[in-house]
Amino acid sequence: MRIDVDDTSCYAYTGSRAMDADRPSIVFVHGAANDHSVWALQSRYFAHHGCNVLAVDLPGHGRSGGAALATVEAIADWIPRLLDAAGVARAALVGHSLGSLVVLACAAQRPERVTKIALLGPAVPMLVSDELLAAAKADDPVAFEMINGWSFSAGKQLGGNAVPGMWMTGNALRLMERTHPGVLHTDLVACQSYGQGLADAAAVRCPALAIMGAQDLMTPVKGAQALLGALADKRTVTLPRTGHAMMAEQPDAVLDALREFLKALA
Amino acid sequence: MSKPKSHRFDTLSLHAGAVPDPATGARATPIYQTASFVFPDTDHAAALFNMERAGHVYSRISNPTVAVLEERVAALEGGVGAIGTASGQAALHLAIATLQGAGSHIVASRSLYGGSHNLLDYTLPRFGIETTFVDPRDIDAWRAAVRPSTRLFFGETLGNPGLDVLDIPRVAQLAHEHGLPLLVDSTFTTPWLVRPFEHGADLVFHSATKFLSGHGVVIGGVLVDSGAFDWDAGAARGKFPTLTEPYAGFHDMVFSEESTTAAFLLRARREGIRDFGACMAPFTAFQILQGIETLPLRMQRHVENTRRIVAFLDAHPLVASVGYPELPGHPDHALAKTLLPRGCGAVFSFNLRGTRAQGRKFIESLNLFSHLANVGDAKSLVIHPASTTHFRMSAEDLAKSGITEGTIRLSIGLEDPDDLTDDLSRALYATGKA
Repeated sequence: MRIDVDDTSCYAYTGSRAMDADRPSIVFVHGAANDHSVWALQSRYFAHHGCNVLAVDLPGHGRSGGAALATVEAIADWIPRLLDAAGVARAALVGHSLGSLVVLACAAQRPERVTKIALLGPAVPMLVSDELLAAAKADDPVAFEMINGWSFSAGKQLGGNAVPGMWMTGNALRLMERTHPGVLHTDLVACQSYGQGLADAAAVRCPALAIMGAQDLMTPVKGAQALLGALADKRTVTLPRTGHAMMAEQPDAVLDALREFLKALA
Repeated sequence: MSKPKSHRFDTLSLHAGAVPDPATGARATPIYQTASFVFPDTDHAAALFNMERAGHVYSRISNPTVAVLEERVAALEGGVGAIGTASGQAALHLAIATLQGAGSHIVASRSLYGGSHNLLDYTLPRFGIETTFVDPRDIDAWRAAVRPSTRLFFGETLGNPGLDVLDIPRVAQLAHEHGLPLLVDSTFTTPWLVRPFEHGADLVFHSATKFLSGHGVVIGGVLVDSGAFDWDAGAARGKFPTLTEPYAGFHDMVFSEESTTAAFLLRARREGIRDFGACMAPFTAFQILQGIETLPLRMQRHVENTRRIVAFLDAHPLVASVGYPELPGHPDHALAKTLLPRGCGAVFSFNLRGTRAQGRKFIESLNLFSHLANVGDAKSLVIHPASTTHFRMSAEDLAKSGITEGTIRLSIGLEDPDDLTDDLSRALYATGKA
């Protein structure tokens, strides 16, 4: 559905369901140069199992208007305004990669609006290679190939998709190629420059789940350890033989981890 | 961190889409010869039906063996995914039926496989879908044929049987200027010779019966989506409502919202394969997968052999003309050098000097070449298009397609090329004596 946030028309996937004030709500936040469709299976499941779902296209991404927001803090500040526009008081937040930092910061800054957070592929700090930043700054498509090469585990580089007939790396590449010029660089700089990660983690009081891919080269498991140490109420799930693109590589395992964590909501 | 490298074509031909069988460790892709798949529990079953979980329900909709083939062809084409179908014709029908219905229109090259021409010219009008056929080399004709109701451009990478080379970049650009997708039949070329998506095409299909399987033992098709076409751009004009408006047949799903890149494939699988049912059998997929494992090696040899035969025929006094784009006299010679640097495939036609009776004598004098209606076999093949594959076309349409009574079509196989030229030489000698 379309929602006006800050007078800008934005898009959020709802699983073709109308919002219901009596239902708990979940916001899904995608990563750099992605959109809501990376959550297709998981968001649709919750939308059809008793929850309101807002799988957003962040400003400047996908079907949403406006410019991409330049910092994690700015995107985290945008989430409550999205909830206001959608008429949602509190929501669980689920974020991947850049989105994981956004939901972490939002839970720290606006705890009254957040019931739980799930961080998929998190890392603090979230380092980005100079080579990737340079390619993204130049809007060189090689940046998308680099992300693809580091995002999928070695085994999944050759496919074997759980979704019949879909070529995962090709699909991920084509999605990123739709990104507006400059947006990937903005997103990556936002990841790199987020300096409040550990302080925000220490401030989070709601339950947190971290889902990590054992073969994640973009945000390796070790990059999340300091973050996990700072979170008070947390649980972790590490998916074996899985890379950063975990929603595509292991859609059912990701869903099951989210179901277990969010089951009290539904 | 060093820059990652993507797997290359030959490696993808062997591995894409396949992993050792998780149940048995089998290295070859198993043939999942089953109609249905057991659900772990009722919630899982409901989630599979409602596209909340990934997996297989019923082999008409999807099957693990077929899915490996679909991924592999998508990988080789550089697409986002694919759907295996009962035949190449079924793939063409699935593409059209997914995008359009009664009252809509197609602009197509007039140099098409006879079966495709039949579907567009005789059958689809009965369902309210009309086609305007144009000279594929005449970009102004493509432009002039566009109507408000046009929903698709369609052509073959190498036209059948005259080998008109489709100028994919120009035709795709024109299609996109009108907010339309370009569908390409890449059967004659396979992704080893050209990857149409890299030149602007939006959808590709193959008769996998031909070079992909490569041995003349199966009937099958594959439809591939580039994932690049913006279906929503035409939404305001209601151009592609099957993809951009709620579908009552699947809980009001809006496919372009469900998947940014694969809306077309979602609709094709959730409606076209489900309802029309022209699915691929698992054993067929297995055989095509076996063929694709050697696709790069076979295509290289197909092209090498073809070049030898083309040179032989081009110099023979009983041959009036040879239509192969690598020859300087072919109208698309320059374009072929750009789009098809690895070669122009292994199917071509030539015109004999002499009477129709001499044409029959030629075909009947061949020993190694099999006289049959197919192309892309490992064995060399021959046919007389005017009396077989294109017999339903009028004399005028035949002439427009570059077919005469003396036209002979060859599909060059993998035999020793000296044996092939010996066979042709004997048959031409007999023809000259007839």
